Amino acid sequence: MNDAVKEMEPTQKLKFYQKGTFTVGNRLVSEADRTVQASIERSNAITCGHRACQGCGEALGARYVVDAAMRATNNNLIVVNATGCLEVFTTPYPETSWQVAWVHSLFGNAAAVATGVAAAMRVKSRSEVRVLAQGGDGGTTDIGFGCLSGMFERNDDVLYVCYDNEGYMNTGVQRSSATPPAARTATTDAVGDEPGNVFGTGKNVPKIAMAHGIPYVATASVADLHDLERKVTKAMSIHGARYIHVQVPCPLGWGSASHDTIRLARLAVESGVFPVFEAEYGVITGRRKIRNRVPVVEYLKLQKRYAHLFKNGDAPRLERLQKMADRNIAEFDLLSHEGNV
Amino acid sequence: MPQHPFAITLDVGSSLANQTGSWRNERPIYVDRLPPCNNACPAGENIQGWLFHAETGDYETAWRVLTQDNPLPACMGRVCYHPCESKCNRADVDSAVGINSVERFLGDQAIKNGWKFEAPKKESGKRVLVVGAGPSGLSAAYHLRRLGHKVVLQDAGPKPGGMMRFGIPKYRLPREVLDAEVQRILDMGVELKLNAKVDNIQETMKAGKFDAAFLAVGAHIGKRAYIPAGEAAKIVDAVSVLRSMEGEEKPLLGRKVVVYGGGNTALDVARTAKRLGASESIIVYRRTRAKMPAHDFEVEEALEEGVTMRWLSTIKRMDEGNITIEKMELDKTGFPQPTGVFETLEADSVVLALGQDVDLSLLNGVPGLTIKDGVVEVGPNMMTGASGIFAGGDMVPSERTVTVAVGHGKKAARHIDAWLNGKTYVPSEKHDVATFDKLNAWYYTDAPGTVRPVLDTVRRQSTFDEVVSGLDETNALYEARRCLSCGNCFECDNCYGVCPDNAVIKLGPGNRFKFNYDYCKGCGVCAEECPCGAIAMVPEEI
Repeated sequence: MNDAVKEMEPTQKLKFYQKGTFTVGNRLVSEADRTVQASIERSNAITCGHRACQGCGEALGARYVVDAAMRATNNNLIVVNATGCLEVFTTPYPETSWQVAWVHSLFGNAAAVATGVAAAMRVKSRSEVRVLAQGGDGGTTDIGFGCLSGMFERNDDVLYVCYDNEGYMNTGVQRSSATPPAARTATTDAVGDEPGNVFGTGKNVPKIAMAHGIPYVATASVADLHDLERKVTKAMSIHGARYIHVQVPCPLGWGSASHDTIRLARLAVESGVFPVFEAEYGVITGRRKIRNRVPVVEYLKLQKRYAHLFKNGDAPRLERLQKMADRNIAEFDLLSHEGNV
Repeated sequence: MPQHPFAITLDVGSSLANQTGSWRNERPIYVDRLPPCNNACPAGENIQGWLFHAETGDYETAWRVLTQDNPLPACMGRVCYHPCESKCNRADVDSAVGINSVERFLGDQAIKNGWKFEAPKKESGKRVLVVGAGPSGLSAAYHLRRLGHKVVLQDAGPKPGGMMRFGIPKYRLPREVLDAEVQRILDMGVELKLNAKVDNIQETMKAGKFDAAFLAVGAHIGKRAYIPAGEAAKIVDAVSVLRSMEGEEKPLLGRKVVVYGGGNTALDVARTAKRLGASESIIVYRRTRAKMPAHDFEVEEALEEGVTMRWLSTIKRMDEGNITIEKMELDKTGFPQPTGVFETLEADSVVLALGQDVDLSLLNGVPGLTIKDGVVEVGPNMMTGASGIFAGGDMVPSERTVTVAVGHGKKAARHIDAWLNGKTYVPSEKHDVATFDKLNAWYYTDAPGTVRPVLDTVRRQSTFDEVVSGLDETNALYEARRCLSCGNCFECDNCYGVCPDNAVIKLGPGNRFKFNYDYCKGCGVCAEECPCGAIAMVPEEI
């Protein structure tokens, strides 16, 4: 496929604005060229009063995604939510923060429920109504993985979004299959020969989704709103099974300062820890290039879950984590700047 | 109780009932910090403020904000040594914003489009005499007139402008630019009296029924040094040379000109001599280039034009057609000491550029004055020891630049206004400076500065055409948009976008934002991600 080598199109077709090119809004460009989040009329799909922790990356990521999806579908959107932080902090019965048609069923079946909602809409000839399923990494990569894979292989018309905070956070920070190596959780304590989460475990769901050959797979970061909104909008323009994986820093589980949420997401991208790319029908079609590369330790040292690496001066493990980032940079070609921003 | 489905006991409500603001132990507040450029400007310009308008292309509003502090942007955009740019935070990202060149662009736009100052809305009925129509006097006259006072501007010279006309060469400040900016001040109703030297300030004030006076007579007397000289030796001073450039008879300096001194005036004369046709224009200075008081870019421009430098040299004597110089060396304290090694240089004339003194004769007989080192001491309110007589510019202790002079004029005008009303002017408290560590530079795109084109070297050696030309509309806009808006909200929507609790309320263009403290949990993401450092976190009182 020739398109395979085509780089990601620029996030915004803007003239060169020195001030605020990367900011949420920009008074120097037209309303249409600003992000959904910059708009006074954004949906605020998750409104105030939710019970997420201070500086919650998931609350932010979910609002970014759902607001963009609502704009893309002209508010004809049904959201199916897996159990997880996102469900617990937004909807402690009888209150809810959601300002969108929203369904909750179980921890593991969000993809299957979404398939059903999409089928129901098809039966009712409501082709304008689109379906978005969402959950955390626990509900996606572990518990709901069978349903998710089924939704992919059947190519059901659902966009599934995973907000990956790298663990089971609201139940007390247990390890999931998205927890990175060396990270301390309640179930991977920083003791013994292999402190923290064991190297060589876990799974990479974006790559597994790609292996299903579905129309669209992307990763995104709360630190690059323009890129994230563009991907959601693009996903909503496609029919069939689609998957977006958003990394959302978790101050509680990661042991980071609440004000560092976006900074951490940015460092994850700029260090190569979290590669941001998109793929169509199993082939990578775009990647977000690193702007100012930073060593992985810059990212790690802000998080208490990695404190044991620094306290004990664990050079071999730091080295391995750096190597993983280096491998991402090489694999996804995140550094070369030819013909891309 | 309404009917509910099986097992459902409560009505569904919104999470808005849950006021999460009570979780907070720190609250974000919007602040305005002082941009380092504004802080560095001797004329007190609100640089960030006018660039904010310039970057949308609204040049007239930008010019109006600029001229609230400085009435001479086209002049200043040419001759100011832009201390603002030395402090610009953008230098830590790529290179400083070309503030000076945008200022000049705005000044030129104003002249081109004929923008005028508004006349004062109300007349105060007070009369103020301003002595000296240089930058300080012009600035004071402008600000006093804006405050509604009747101003008479009196100058000893044949034309207004002071050192901007009789000291700064044409190739740095074309006279039509100066004339246009002076005329605009006069058009506000300022009366100008030329060739009217004030000999006795008290008598002049009494005769003209003035309520107050601002003195800014400048420093026009060239300092002399004793140099043993033969009969035919031609030794002149720099101020006279530069002044006579404005007259009919251009100074005759000969083919080989030696300029003695290391300040900006020395460079002005050496470059002027080159343009008058001198084959050699040599600056003799007793210390090294690093110790030279002149600005380095001017040294660079002079060298490019073929001016040569003799560092570590003093002139011992002058005879017909040549001078004797002695080599110096710096001692441990950095002071030059003679070495006893002499050398002869061919020279048709020697121009002394050793600094200037002030003609203070108009103050004779005024009681209460303090004069120290040849200049008048003034208080923090710019008033001399004599009540009602204020002074500024080169005649008071200061760094002698046009910008400082303009700043003095503004400051004095505010104090004079207060004094005339029996009050004391209290300047508003300065905000904390927006240092680079307060910014989040990630959000600024890399964009190197625009360098103003420099006139082709060969051409400018022989002409008095302006050496540095201006920006055009597209690159002025580009340059203005490089401003980081340090410490002042530029409505980028970042706080509005990054709040996980949707607790920032956007108030629409020009009205910025406000926090919804009912729901703000105090996480601090907004403050961290504000590009320009306009949000501070303060402890919550519990």
